[in-house]
Amino acid sequence: MNTVIETKDLTKRFGDFTAVHKVSFTVERGEVVGYLGPNGSGKTTTIRMLIGLLLPSEGSAQVLGYDAIQQSEEIRTRIGYMSQKFALYRELTIEENLSFYAGVYGVHDRSRIQEVLDLLGITLLAKERVRDLSTGWRQRVALAAAIVHEPQLLFLDEPTSGVDPTARRAFWDLIYTLVEAGVTAFVTTHYMDEAEYCNRVGIMRSGELLAMDTPPNLSKRFLMGRVFEVTAQPILEALQALGECRGVLRVRLLGDHLSALTSYDMKTRDLKKALRNQGFPRVQVQPSDPSLEDVFLALGREE
Amino acid sequence: MALDSRTTDEGRNLEILIEARHLHKSFDGTEVLHDFNLRVMEGEIYGLVGPDGAGKTTTMRLLCGALKATSGEVHIGGNRMAKAPEQGRALIGYLPQRFSLYEELSVMENLRFFAEVRGLSNQTWHPRTIEILDFVGLGEFTTRRAGKLSGGMRQKLGLAAALVHQPRILLLDEPTTGVDPVTRQDFWQLIIRLSVEDKVAVLVTTPYMDEASRCTRLGFLRAGHLLVEGSPKELKDPLKGRILLLKGTPLPMLRDLAKENQYVQDALMFGDRIHLRIQRGKQRKVRSQLRKQICRAGGQLMELKPIPPLMEDVFIAFVQPEVERSDSLSKGNSA
Repeated sequence: MNTVIETKDLTKRFGDFTAVHKVSFTVERGEVVGYLGPNGSGKTTTIRMLIGLLLPSEGSAQVLGYDAIQQSEEIRTRIGYMSQKFALYRELTIEENLSFYAGVYGVHDRSRIQEVLDLLGITLLAKERVRDLSTGWRQRVALAAAIVHEPQLLFLDEPTSGVDPTARRAFWDLIYTLVEAGVTAFVTTHYMDEAEYCNRVGIMRSGELLAMDTPPNLSKRFLMGRVFEVTAQPILEALQALGECRGVLRVRLLGDHLSALTSYDMKTRDLKKALRNQGFPRVQVQPSDPSLEDVFLALGREE
Repeated sequence: MALDSRTTDEGRNLEILIEARHLHKSFDGTEVLHDFNLRVMEGEIYGLVGPDGAGKTTTMRLLCGALKATSGEVHIGGNRMAKAPEQGRALIGYLPQRFSLYEELSVMENLRFFAEVRGLSNQTWHPRTIEILDFVGLGEFTTRRAGKLSGGMRQKLGLAAALVHQPRILLLDEPTTGVDPVTRQDFWQLIIRLSVEDKVAVLVTTPYMDEASRCTRLGFLRAGHLLVEGSPKELKDPLKGRILLLKGTPLPMLRDLAKENQYVQDALMFGDRIHLRIQRGKQRKVRSQLRKQICRAGGQLMELKPIPPLMEDVFIAFVQPEVERSDSLSKGNSA
């Protein structure tokens, strides 16, 4: 079995509000799949349906070969779930928290707790109470609690919101260590730069899954052009001029420089020349890799 | 009014609109802000970047006079906040993280309320609100009930409310957290326009590293300490040529090989690639060594080239030693 998640037209309505609308996708073993969207776009609702905490209004979902509606018990013992609000006991130590979760999942082998502590680099902190830890360390403990029963599939719901970049990188290193050992990870996030850590990214907006693909393929499918970085002064006049250049599809201000989306056939020197002719002799133009943000902007407006 | 000023490279006097000197703040004996110094000039967008709990919101609240500092001084447009808070506050537009508006009132009515609070007269509030709603892109929605606005539109109305009295200083507390990328983009275009055209001094807090790159100057705040500050260029320059993109198969093996290289300081996996941070001046060496090593180990190298550093790389390069120290400290305590 290589497909670990498969959904078909998965839908959830709350009254007359549709939180998730006909979402269909598959996730293969060993993948890291990002589920990207702003707050309220239906990310958490999707996860809650996949792990059997919410009944879908319509559609179906298979997780690890089990039906999410009929067999949610089977699913829950085989997956790890790290929710946005880390479900840890603040008054208990790290070790006590892990023992608790081990008990919940019927893990009786004490050596597994030690193994998890070592894996996440928290052995020396094992006797610390969770309430005394920083957000970054708590996040690691929450991950430890989610993997104590050696799940094959991990659901991580905005795991790194609010932690600093160093903690975030260390966290992703851990995720990749687990993935190398055969685990599959499904990760929601509203950080676009975080989605770059994933093999494939699904883009959610207002309950709909607009696309799910590798970041380069998303750029190819939706961007329809090349991206350039442009530096010129005065910046607002340059913004205006850039927008009027032939072949320029969209421009935006990025603090001290500009970014332009152009047609595929645009060349660096042509863009440079066009701006020089418009009165920006010292303009600098550099082709740049499109970011997921460029893709998102290409997908257009929510309202 | 005696104004602090500083001369720029072009010889023009730029006014310092926000200034904090040796600011400390403790809550119940716990220090949340430590010896914080800040200067934001007219036309600058200063980004205060840090994780949850770093002290960003506390700083904002100290600057606008909503909180009293344990020690230190705040000057807003030259007014010492401890002595002349009203004069200072009149210059500030503040968008807090949780902006409250009246759900039952329309967009226009909400804005009228904020205009009246700010003391705008009957003659001036109407044209000003029309102007500001057009500016933030809500001109067509003046009669819509605030309760019926999307998240992005609410944020824009919040910005409009902060701008209604034409402040020279704008304090924005995580204005784009959790909003959709298109709104985020719109929002930044507005902020940049205010700074360039009206010379507004903007202080914005954010947990997003990519957002920090849009500021003219930024500082990294961590556990109440301002660690480094500078323009994006100043901060990125020391890393120029030191971040390499590595692509090939199998990726974990490539990463392990890279980590063993003596000149590689950091190797980070992404979905289909690895980013390396290497020692200064060792690019050629690392590239040729890795190429050989990967070949010898039976791996396949597809790409190995320098890429521009990201703000996140900067943060990690600057902050890493500190983390390791604090980690070993906390480990030492518990052992």
